[in-house]
Amino acid sequence: MRQYVIRRLVLFVPTLLGASLLVFVLMRLVPGDIAEILVYQTGSESSTIQKKQIQQIRAELGLDRPVAVQYLAWMAAAARGDFGQSYTQRRPVRDILIERFPRSLELAGLTLALAVIWAIPLGVVSAVRQNGWLDYAARVLSLSGLSLPLFVTGALILYGLVRLFRWIPPLEFVAFTEDPAENLKQLIWPALCQAYYISAPITRLTRSQMLEVIRDDYVRTARAKGLGEGAVVYRHALKNALLPVVTFIGWWGGRLLGGVVIMEIIFVVPGMGTALVQAVSQRDYPTVQAMIFVMALVFLLVNLVVDLLYAWLDPRIRYA
Amino acid sequence: MLAALGRLVVRQPLGAAGAVVVLALVAVAVLAPRLAPHGPKETGFAPYIAPSAEFPMGTDQVGRDVLSRVIWGARLSLYVGLASVVFGITLGSLWGVATAYFGGAADAGSQRVVDSLMALPPIILALSLMAALGQSVTNVILALTILLTPTAARTVRSVALGVVATPYIEAARASGCTHWRIIRHHLIPNCLASYIVLMTTNVSYAIVVEASLSFIGAGAPPDEPSWGGMLTAGIQALETAPWMVFFPGLAISLAVFGLNLFGDSIRDLTDPRLRGGLG
Repeated sequence: MRQYVIRRLVLFVPTLLGASLLVFVLMRLVPGDIAEILVYQTGSESSTIQKKQIQQIRAELGLDRPVAVQYLAWMAAAARGDFGQSYTQRRPVRDILIERFPRSLELAGLTLALAVIWAIPLGVVSAVRQNGWLDYAARVLSLSGLSLPLFVTGALILYGLVRLFRWIPPLEFVAFTEDPAENLKQLIWPALCQAYYISAPITRLTRSQMLEVIRDDYVRTARAKGLGEGAVVYRHALKNALLPVVTFIGWWGGRLLGGVVIMEIIFVVPGMGTALVQAVSQRDYPTVQAMIFVMALVFLLVNLVVDLLYAWLDPRIRYA
Repeated sequence: MLAALGRLVVRQPLGAAGAVVVLALVAVAVLAPRLAPHGPKETGFAPYIAPSAEFPMGTDQVGRDVLSRVIWGARLSLYVGLASVVFGITLGSLWGVATAYFGGAADAGSQRVVDSLMALPPIILALSLMAALGQSVTNVILALTILLTPTAARTVRSVALGVVATPYIEAARASGCTHWRIIRHHLIPNCLASYIVLMTTNVSYAIVVEASLSFIGAGAPPDEPSWGGMLTAGIQALETAPWMVFFPGLAISLAVFGLNLFGDSIRDLTDPRLRGGLG
């Protein structure tokens, strides 16, 4: 077990570095940097003055240094929790993160909870009654969940809310700590939308895992010794079938922080996603890098925890 | 061919229904110039005309016929979906096969690259790629290819690792086959099933990501008839012109639903464990 933990931890660091490097280089490839945008906005008279201004701003922001040097400097600062100054918002990126992160986290958590609550029972029922009408209904339901892209369900729900309840997403975000009811009213719709979407693969995986497990010998043994169907399904089959499902949920859970971006846009939730989309269009490198870095970090951390949990639950993994 | 189709209908009724939808989608995409009453970028009608006999799906904010844009949108979606899947899955599969076969430091290194790529949220990665590449249909395909490659590489690598460990590969090696021959005649044919499944299951994914990118304004240029881009414009006018959301939304949902049903049954057919009844 200890060896497995060490191996898994050793893999964590290069992956995180690789992901951050990727984003860093990618943002440097974006045509038109912040200096150009700032200068052309103010609109000075001659182009030689503009060019000088651009060079001056680049020098101030350190953009004239080689990318490798920039990356190392960024990494060194980031390790201390300093993500630099936002180019467009004139405040530290860390403050933006502290403001936005909890909102996206809450939305992601709510989404995942809603999805798991109904996806797993549906998957179990679907497997136990394979090829019955319930199975078909569940499969069509989950496939339709997969087929309705997030922005379609989001748009339809928004339309329904506007039409039926005259409800439009509030422009001001209310934190859960300030007013829980108001906060949930704002987040429940995007969470339900996305939960419907991600519950589909969870249902399908639960179904296929259950189908596999339910044919195993020990399940036959459990039946043969006269256990009730409920005990066979829930105590024997489900426990083993759920292992890969847990990994998958963990994978999705880590993914969701960045995955709720479309919901944030439709339902006007000022979270990380909306900030990120805006920062990309404004070439606000420090904000983009920090946001994506945090998203990748959370994703990798969640995966690490799930993997270790999995290895602890299933001894076959750690000795493989 | 006909017998195979008959078997598909009997064993996989949902898959057959999916195949019908996919065929319809392909037909609309191919025949778009004949089916669409107007050009996809043709303006000049009054904006926000409600659905009527002349404009069955109404017109949009700049007076374009929504029906024509939905029809041309099928072509765009299918083109982007198929092209990116063919490039991305093929590239990724070859990468997976090669790293599984040769192993060693190159394999370990490439796994870290795959891990790094997969640690980034897909929409966000695509968004950054589009910012770097510039907005065009070709670049959407390129971005999607980069998105799909690591997934395919990972999946195919794990399949290929299993194949590499089998005795017949060892036998081929012992009888003096070159690496190239082993990869071409033994490894690739045995990975073909997962390659096909990856292809069929990812077309819909690629189409959704394309539409999502257009939806957040980072995909194809706004005048291109992308279903996702049409929805964005529709949400701005949700109360006055709900048809601008409804029809493109319906089109993409139907297309993705059909592709999913079809891909799903292909996967079930290639996985013998899922065929039987309850034990």
